[in-house]
Parts: sequence; structure tokens; C-alpha cells
Amino acid sequence: MRPYSGKLDIKHGLVNMSHGSGGRAMAQLIEQIFMHHFDNELLRQHNDQAAFNVPAGRMVISTDAHVISPLFFPGGDIGSLSIHGTINDVCMSGAKPLYLSAAFIIEEGFPLSDLEQIVISMANASREAGVPVVTGDTKVVEKGNGDGVFITTTGVGIVPEGINITGDRACPGDVIILSGSIGDHGMAVLSSRENLSFETTLQSDSAALHGLVKRMVEVAPDIHCLRDPTRGGLATTLNELALQSSVGMMLDESSIPVKAAVMGACELLGLDPLYVANEGKLICICDAADADALLAAMREDSHGQDAAIIGKVIADEHHMVQMQTSFGGSRIVDWLASEQLPRIC
Amino acid sequence: MKYVNEFRNGDIAAKLARVIANEVDSDRDYRLMEFCGGHTHAIFRFGIQDLMPGNVNFVHGPGCPVCVLPKGRIDNAIQLVQEHDVILCTYADLVRVPASKQMSLLKAKADGGDIRMVYSTQDALQIARQNPDRQVVFFAIGFETTTPPTAVAIQIASQEGLNNFSVFCNHVLTPPAMRHILQQDGDQSANIDGILGPSHVSTIIGSQAYAFCATEFDTPIVIAGFEPLDVMQSTLMLIRQLNSGSITVENEYTRVVTDEGNRKAQALMQEVFELRPTFEWRGLGLMPNSALQIRDTYAEWDAEQRFDIQEITSSDVKSCLCPAILRGLNKPTDCKLFGTVCTPENPMGACMVSSEGSCAAYWSYGRFRQPDSTAKQQERSA
Amino acid sequence: MCLAVPAIVTALNESSDTATVDLSGIQKDVSTVLVDDVNIGDYLLIHVGFALHKLSEEEAMSTLALFEELDIMNAKDSQAST
Repeated sequence: MRPYSGKLDIKHGLVNMSHGSGGRAMAQLIEQIFMHHFDNELLRQHNDQAAFNVPAGRMVISTDAHVISPLFFPGGDIGSLSIHGTINDVCMSGAKPLYLSAAFIIEEGFPLSDLEQIVISMANASREAGVPVVTGDTKVVEKGNGDGVFITTTGVGIVPEGINITGDRACPGDVIILSGSIGDHGMAVLSSRENLSFETTLQSDSAALHGLVKRMVEVAPDIHCLRDPTRGGLATTLNELALQSSVGMMLDESSIPVKAAVMGACELLGLDPLYVANEGKLICICDAADADALLAAMREDSHGQDAAIIGKVIADEHHMVQMQTSFGGSRIVDWLASEQLPRIC
Repeated sequence: MKYVNEFRNGDIAAKLARVIANEVDSDRDYRLMEFCGGHTHAIFRFGIQDLMPGNVNFVHGPGCPVCVLPKGRIDNAIQLVQEHDVILCTYADLVRVPASKQMSLLKAKADGGDIRMVYSTQDALQIARQNPDRQVVFFAIGFETTTPPTAVAIQIASQEGLNNFSVFCNHVLTPPAMRHILQQDGDQSANIDGILGPSHVSTIIGSQAYAFCATEFDTPIVIAGFEPLDVMQSTLMLIRQLNSGSITVENEYTRVVTDEGNRKAQALMQEVFELRPTFEWRGLGLMPNSALQIRDTYAEWDAEQRFDIQEITSSDVKSCLCPAILRGLNKPTDCKLFGTVCTPENPMGACMVSSEGSCAAYWSYGRFRQPDSTAKQQERSA
Repeated sequence: MCLAVPAIVTALNESSDTATVDLSGIQKDVSTVLVDDVNIGDYLLIHVGFALHKLSEEEAMSTLALFEELDIMNAKDSQAST
């Protein structure tokens, strides 16, 4: 027995305020789009929460709000991004991600077809990763008060005993490993923005990295730090880690993998790939003794094939990230002041 | 990237560095001004100063059109948005520049102003075509490299009868600014021994446009390409001129710069623009015949006339040393505000907010804070 | 100032005075109205969506050749100092 009848007109319909009001229309939306595509045992219980047993170990929880524009870009969309992003935040602690929740804030007038496309994308990403979306929420805001749709995902996971991966454990002498090329996501998104359009085969690198992390932790349980360089790019994340651990870093520019097309797009717009967002890469800081084994293990994973050692941790009371340029000089790789913008000068 | 990567080769850089080290006269200093902000950026990004002997120093010039744009012009642009509800199209370089009353284009946008960042004047024209009921103003800045694209846009607007489009022209000229720097004497002189000439301005105006540096001011100038090896090779060429005493205009960037430049672009600029009698340059004061305005034939597309834009005078923040820095008299580290009140997040003057302003370059690439830098350099070269 | 990059012409659209250029796998349509005699395979200097100048491959080669001579210069200097 359902409180609503008939099917949603997904092809031509638009989200309206009644879809967020808690009544029949909302029930229909949830059932025919969210429940239908996310479908799993816990969701089918139709509770406001999902109850489950947890294996032994420390629990990890992480949340991320996604407000990206444009919503659809080469290699992904806000949906897949929201799944990958939270899975990654959880597994950067070394944890095995278990479950996700997803909250949607949808702008009145948003096409149901777009909403379904996003949810299908999320469901696929979630299934591929083996991490189900077990609970969620939907709200609708008046036209003009949202950017189409905002999605917040929260994830929980369990860290096995003996694993202690945290941003303050980097020590002088440690090696810095990057799992692959930088700047792919940011430049792929930029290529689909109005007024900056350029044609490219560049795709976002958005991906769930928990499989890669699992391999890495098996080979080197005592990894010191893991973090994914998302907004603000590699440079920002390294600066964060340097500050947290009270150390400095020395990078080798020629070891940092950058795809030719990313380099081309950055040169065209005057951007620095070090500051461009990534959504499927991680930074690993480990004891020098573990570096070779980790690198080998990473390169066997589809998300770590281009893994490379890009630098080392040094003592530095100023906590600066420095870089030997491939040109032979040196420069400091500073925090991002504010969002990088294309330039003509 | 072809014709880019070859000019970034680190092995060749090391060889060039050795040659430079061997050829400098240890009994003198070489103060070389890189006129163009893009060169300032390259010098810092690639760490070129590290590769120079101690007596070769780069002095940063005013070739940064964002840095030299007076605050009042940004105030005018904000006025256009707030009082006339125009769609203002701008290059992204300008959006964070501080204007009066702690405003900026970015803040005006946050306040509801319709300000759109564009990559090209073509995008601005397209916005005008797509919004026939709105006035669209293109905020034009730049030296001679960026001026022809604006000229093209005005001509296209004229051909298409795009009546809702206009240009707020702030184009400035390189030779007058160079002349201004070289003319200073006494304690206002930057004491420059030689000039690294701008790369891309020169593709338009040609290398002979700088002949006066050698003939009138006895200052050697080498038109330097944009890549780091170009900068180093050009530095070597300047050093050789200074050592030999033979002072002239040389062109290192021969792959895109010729003696006469791009005649077609020059003709187009002549057709659409004329000299302004004077123009205020932030930090350099009023300069005669140093900037462009739109000719009467194209007056219809001149935003200054369409909107009756009035001059807004404003003063820079006290203690802001941008004026002296732009003229090569001081380094960013000499400024009291640098790194204290004035940071990239909270820029007091244009030198900090423009990505190629000296202060921004110093800050981002860290010239002023070098932990154990001498020791590290020795370590690396050992 | 004046960020400009060299890119190779892959297609021409003479009726609209534009060309498609490629920079390491990025394609962009640019205006060629400021440059004469553009052909597929030419390298153009691109700034704010406009081609400003053709790049002379001959001149590029000769600048690069200057760098070849550095080895000779360096060898001479180290000979001289011994």
C-alpha cells in the first residue's frame, strides 16, 4: 500500500516544493528515485535511520558537502563525486568504509531527469565501491536559493587495530608519495565552464580509493599520513600536513606527474597545476624504509599506476613546503591565498 | 609542449649559469630590470635568481597592467555595475584588486553586481549578443599585447551594430613607461644597467620600438622570450653588452619578435585608438601620451562617453610602497606593510594582488623567507 | 604581463577568421584576424583567444642551437682556468 499513486514523470517533470514537504509527493520522489536506485537491505527497512553491527576496531566518521558547478562534467558529476569524496575521506585514516548517508537539498524547478541521472551515478559509484547508501534526507528550497542541487554525504568506517594514520605523524626523513597525476579533475571541470571552453579529452579522476589504501596498509601498516589533495590541490594539502606535523617538506618538481593536456590547459589559462583540485589521488607520507614496498604495491592498483616519490619531509621551524624546480632553482610552494583564477598577465 | 619545454631544460640552465658566472666582471654589479610582470613571475617560478652569481640582480619593473591601473578606474567600473546595472566583462586578473572603500570587483559581485570573468573579448561580444536588453561593458586593460584584441572587438561591434556593447578603455603603452623609468635621476633613479624587454608586447610593436633606450639613455636592452632559458640567455646578452661597452637593442626572442612587429595589429590599433594627452599610472603618477582612448569614429562604443564616466581620484594606502616598488626603487621587503598588514588574502596595494606583481611574487615564491637557504643551496650544488 | 603560448594549427575556418589550435591535447578556437597567411601545421602565439604572431620554427631552432654551443663555451672556460 503506497501513499501515492502513479509514476513520476521523470522525463519532463520538475522538482517542486511539495517534494520536500513530507507528504505524498515526497514519498513518491523518495521511492521512485532514491530508494529505487540505491536499493539495499537497510534502505528497504524504511526507517529514518539505519541500524547495523560494527566490527571490532575504532570507528571513523567523515562528512562532505558538495556544491560543484557545473553539476555534470567529463568523467563524473556531483553524484559520483559525493560518493567518492566521502569514501576517500573515511579511508584516508586507514579505515574500511562501511556505510554512507546522503542528504539532498534540491532547488525548486530542478529537472527530475537530471536528479535521476545524478542518483544513478551515485548508485553506480556506491555499488562499485561496495559501500551502500543506507539512509538519507531530502529537502527542497525555493527557486533562487540553491545551485540546482547540493549533496552532503557522510560515511562511517572501521580502522583495524594497530593502524594509526593521522596528519601529525610526518617526521623528518619520511618519504612523500603521490598516487598519480595532478590537476585532472580541476581542469576537466574548468573545460566545461562557460567562457573558458576548450575541447579536451581530459576526464575528472574522481574515484574511490579504499581499495588502493587497503593494499597499502597491508604492505606497510605503519603509514604515517594519508590525505587526498582535493580543493586547493597538492600544494594546499602538503602545507596542511606540514603545519599539522610541524615539519617542512622538500619536493622535486620533475617527479610530480602531470598529464600533458593538464599542463597545456594550465599554460593557456595561467594556472599552476599544484593548486588544481584532484578527486582520485592520495598523498602518502611514510618511513623511508617502507617507501619501495609501498610504491610497488600502489603501482599494482588501477588507481596507483603512476605513483611516484615526489619528495621528502625535512625539519623546518617555518613549516614550509619547498620545491626544487625542474629548472634547477628552488621556490616555495605556499598556501593558496584564494581560489586560483585564470589570468592574462 | 613544443617550443615551451625545450626552453625550460634544466641541464641547459646549469650550463648557461656557468657561462654567466664565468663572464661576469666580479668588480661590478649588474642591475637588470625585467620590465614585464610576466618575466617577474618566470624568474620566481623557476628560481632563476638562484642560478645567478651574487652580483647580478633583477630589479622589477612596472610592466604589470593590473598593478598600474589607478584605483579610481576600478571604482568607475564598480559604479557602472551598481548605478547602471551593466553586465561588466573583465579578465579575471582584475577581480581581486583593491579599489576605494575596501571594495573590489569580487566584492561588488558578491553584493549582486553582474560581473563576469571572460577569457577573451570574443566572450564579451557573445554575452552582448545573448543579452540584447542589457548594456554590456568590457573592462579593457593591458599593454600593447592585449590592445589589438580590444580593437578587433570594437570593430566587430561596429560591423554588427551591436549597440548594447561598449568598452571601458584602460590600455597603456610600454615605451613611454620605460622612458619614464629611465628618465628618473638622483634618488628617484633605479640605477638600472640594462633592461630585459617584454616578450609579447614586442611581438606587436617590434624590437626597434626600443631603440631610444640605447640611443637616448645609453642603456642596453634585450628583448627576452618568456621561458626561463630565454630569460637567462637574454641576461647573458646584457652582461656581454655591458662588459664590452657596446650598447644596443638586441632581440633574443626571434621566434616571434621581428624588428617591425605585427604591422597588421599596429594598423588596427591606430584605426581604433588614439593617444590620451595624459593618464594616471598607479605609483608612477601622470604620464603624457602613455595611454589610449577610443577614437571619435568609434565613440559609440566608448563606455566613458556612453556612461559619462567621471574621474575618481583616490589615494593609495599610507605606507604602501607600491609606487617605489613599481619604479624599481625598493624591494617588497622594504615595505612596512609587506607580510604584516598586506598579504595575498588582504592586499593593500596592486603589487600584492596581481599574480605578477612583485609583492605577490615575493610572497608566493618565498624570496623573503629562506630557511637555511644558503646552506641548502650549497648542499644541492655539492 | 601577456601570457601567451605557442600552439599548432589543426584546422582553419577562413570564413570566420578563426583556427582550431592544439596545445598538448587541448583544443581551442582562436581568432586569426591579426595574422596573415595561416596554414595547418603552423605554430601560432596565442593570447586571450587571439593569434598574435606566427612562430618561426627556423628562428626557434637557431635559438636552441645557441644553447648547443654552451658545451663548447664551458669546455673552453674550464680549459682556460686550468
